[in-house]
Amino acid sequence: MKKMNITKTTKNNLITYLMVLLAYLAVQMLLLTGNISSLMKGLLVPLCIYVMLAISLNLTVGILGELSLGHAGFMCVGAFSGAFFSKCMDGLMPDSLRFLAALLIGAAVAGIFGILIGIPVLRLKGDYLAIVTLAFGEIIKNLVNVLYIGKDKNGFHFSMKDSISLHLDAEGQVIVNGAQGITGTPHDASFTIGIILIFISLFIILNLINSRDGRAIMSIRDNRIAAESIGINITKYKLMAFSISASIAGVAGVLYAHNLSTLTALPKNFGYNMSIMILVFVVLGGIGNIRGSIISAIILTLLPELLRGLSDYRMLIYAIVLIAMMLLNWSPKAIEWKEGLKRHSKKEKEVK
Amino acid sequence: MALLEVKNLTISFGGLRAVDDFNIEIKKGQLYGLIGPNGAGKTTVFNLLTGVYKPDEGIIRLEDRDITGLKTIDINKAGIARTFQNIRLFKELTVLDNVKVGLHNHYPYSTIEGILRLPKYHKVEKEMNERAMELLKVFELDGEADYLASNLPYGKQRKLEIARALATKPKLLLLDEPAAGMNPNETGELMDTIRFVRDKFDMTILLIEHDMKLVSGICEELTVLNFGRILTQGKTGTVLNDPQVITAYLGE
Amino acid sequence: MSFISYLINGISLGSVYAIIALGYTMVYGIAKMLNFAHGDVIMVGGFAVFTIVSTLGLPPVLGILVAVVVCTALGMLIERVAYKPLRNASSPLAVLITAIGVSYLLQNVALLIFGANTKSFTSVVTISPLKLADGQLIISGETIVTIIAGIIIMVCLTLFVNKSKAGQAMLAVSEDKGAAQLMGINVNGTIALTFAIGSALAAVAGVLLCSAYPSLTPYTGAMPGIKAFVAAVFGGIGSIPGAMIGGILLGIIEILGKAYISSQMADAIVFAVLIVVLLVKPTGILGKNIQEKV
Repeated sequence: MKKMNITKTTKNNLITYLMVLLAYLAVQMLLLTGNISSLMKGLLVPLCIYVMLAISLNLTVGILGELSLGHAGFMCVGAFSGAFFSKCMDGLMPDSLRFLAALLIGAAVAGIFGILIGIPVLRLKGDYLAIVTLAFGEIIKNLVNVLYIGKDKNGFHFSMKDSISLHLDAEGQVIVNGAQGITGTPHDASFTIGIILIFISLFIILNLINSRDGRAIMSIRDNRIAAESIGINITKYKLMAFSISASIAGVAGVLYAHNLSTLTALPKNFGYNMSIMILVFVVLGGIGNIRGSIISAIILTLLPELLRGLSDYRMLIYAIVLIAMMLLNWSPKAIEWKEGLKRHSKKEKEVK
Repeated sequence: MALLEVKNLTISFGGLRAVDDFNIEIKKGQLYGLIGPNGAGKTTVFNLLTGVYKPDEGIIRLEDRDITGLKTIDINKAGIARTFQNIRLFKELTVLDNVKVGLHNHYPYSTIEGILRLPKYHKVEKEMNERAMELLKVFELDGEADYLASNLPYGKQRKLEIARALATKPKLLLLDEPAAGMNPNETGELMDTIRFVRDKFDMTILLIEHDMKLVSGICEELTVLNFGRILTQGKTGTVLNDPQVITAYLGE
Repeated sequence: MSFISYLINGISLGSVYAIIALGYTMVYGIAKMLNFAHGDVIMVGGFAVFTIVSTLGLPPVLGILVAVVVCTALGMLIERVAYKPLRNASSPLAVLITAIGVSYLLQNVALLIFGANTKSFTSVVTISPLKLADGQLIISGETIVTIIAGIIIMVCLTLFVNKSKAGQAMLAVSEDKGAAQLMGINVNGTIALTFAIGSALAAVAGVLLCSAYPSLTPYTGAMPGIKAFVAAVFGGIGSIPGAMIGGILLGIIEILGKAYISSQMADAIVFAVLIVVLLVKPTGILGKNIQEKV
């Protein structure tokens, strides 16, 4: 018989893919039989977006080991660049091709932002890095709110003041209208596309982790000085993880933009509150555990919606979950207690 | 020809000369010891040699190549690898992966090849696994290849650190107190391992150690540091019988 | 003349930031943690005064007193329950994430009790505005009180830290926890005291902030809290004079930025300043360089 050569990690990854596939099939069944409320239907694409955001942030927080509080900023960059492209190209190229291009552009622009921000920021450590990424996220949100871009036959016009300063001619069209954002982005997002994008993101992240580059990234997380001493290029691998993470958040942003008729940059969707919510998903699912991020993103999004009346308590629940998880998993006393329990149950087994 | 040649190496921290006019010449294949009381500047010398600190003065040459002031990663690429006094393993990685990170620069494939799992990925990963297992076998760690590094007992963690350093194919291996925290049995075993590494890998080794049994047992030459300056250097037997050295260790 | 008026407003806002930043910087210096929830303690202080003065109709002085007591107790409670168990955690991220959780907890508890509606806060200051230069320059009573309060707090705190035994203990603990313990300093007590002082300052800052900008929501404290942290980092985190300088500079930058560049961009400017400072001098204006030991 041929020896089955499946390692533990490959098996783990297969389970993750299978889980997403099963979830997709289950939802498709529900959709076909009509057993799904309109509320739930409306949640399907956002769910995909949250899952992508959570797994991509986990790459930065769990694999690279740096706390970023600006993840929503990259989503914002992706959303606006993708929506901008779609608005400009709407009707000029086939819809599916245009959407694909929009996704790639969102990924590229967010990735470039990731590199640009990463170069200065990744020199900092711990708390400093957290607060500076938060600052960058807020700056991006603020900038988008004062950004005006219009188009007429003379080409593009930019302004940071108001739409009148664009000096468009009579046929000119305002595409990005400051705080009003972008309106009329084509509605291309669907649950199936969302799932496909999750698969692609998972494929990239899981394969990256289990490769030479992934090991280098994790070695920096575990011990930067030792990694340097054996010739690992710290800056290169930090930037790699950070920009891939940003890229995937950008794609999630493009999906977000193409799921709404109006795209505006509010504290609610692109502010640091959003970044922190994504962090909650990552923390609850287990820092560094990609599959955990998927599960927690789904549960934490669905739970408050399903248990009606609980939605007021949503953020309160998140807060308590966050504190409880940290205290249980990281406090030296709790760890000791858990290990004591383990030893205890082992002993009991041996007695039996 | 000397493999490592250090001349007039000096560094000060806030006015204090931590290492002052340090000179050393190590020949290829030598087992060289750097000893001295606590705080004499031994680890600082290691940090200077590996580019953690930039020297204020002095020249470091490895095989006649001037490597003074290079960054840590470039010094590693030039051929110096080290271990640390307070063990620095990649705790959340497996024992095997710790060594594979060490192999990183010698077994390349691109990020795209890695993510798309192209044939090159499979080929290189296989070679890496084989090479890493070979190294682990040398240190009798092959049985624990799948353990997390943090789950290894202390003595084996020290060995894994040496294996990881060797994975980078260094010309010179720096060991910072390899026997710290070991019992006499483990130390004896470690001495055999170090000798074995020297012979099998044709390695040149510079080590810092307090355990005089280990130092006198395996080092061919010694340099004694005291208050950042060289007290004496030469053949192990001569140095250890030098009354100056005994005074430095035991006090007046 | 308008420039001077902006400048004075900037110093006033900066004084509030400085008072909040002092809490951040003291806690960071001693517990080596970023107390993300510090800003929300400000909000709790604001609501305490609001409840006493506007809801119950009691005198403002009592309101301030209650706010200080409530915040001090809250600060110590948070430290005891959420932060202390994680003091020796292996990952430094653990306590930071917990602090983020506490911040959200406070906001959402306030949201459940007081609702999301903006409350109009009655100023506790009754001093009439100061008119200078034939009425061209008007300085509000709140501004005067804020600046004076800021100066008093900074002087008292500096004296406390440098002259009192407890203050010296704080310095010792922030320098080296283990050594301080061996010297017979009650480390846990000192850390609790630091949180108590920081939170009491946050209460005062809350009252001043809400008096100057008379609206109160559960999220009132979040942004000033983050900006005050920026101020603390700006001045060099862990340094008490640094927090004062950072706070006042940041207040001035924000008000001038609002007035002369763009009111929408004021926050972005503040954050951009932080980034530039950290890139040029990662330890802030008065921060100490600490190198990791190899």
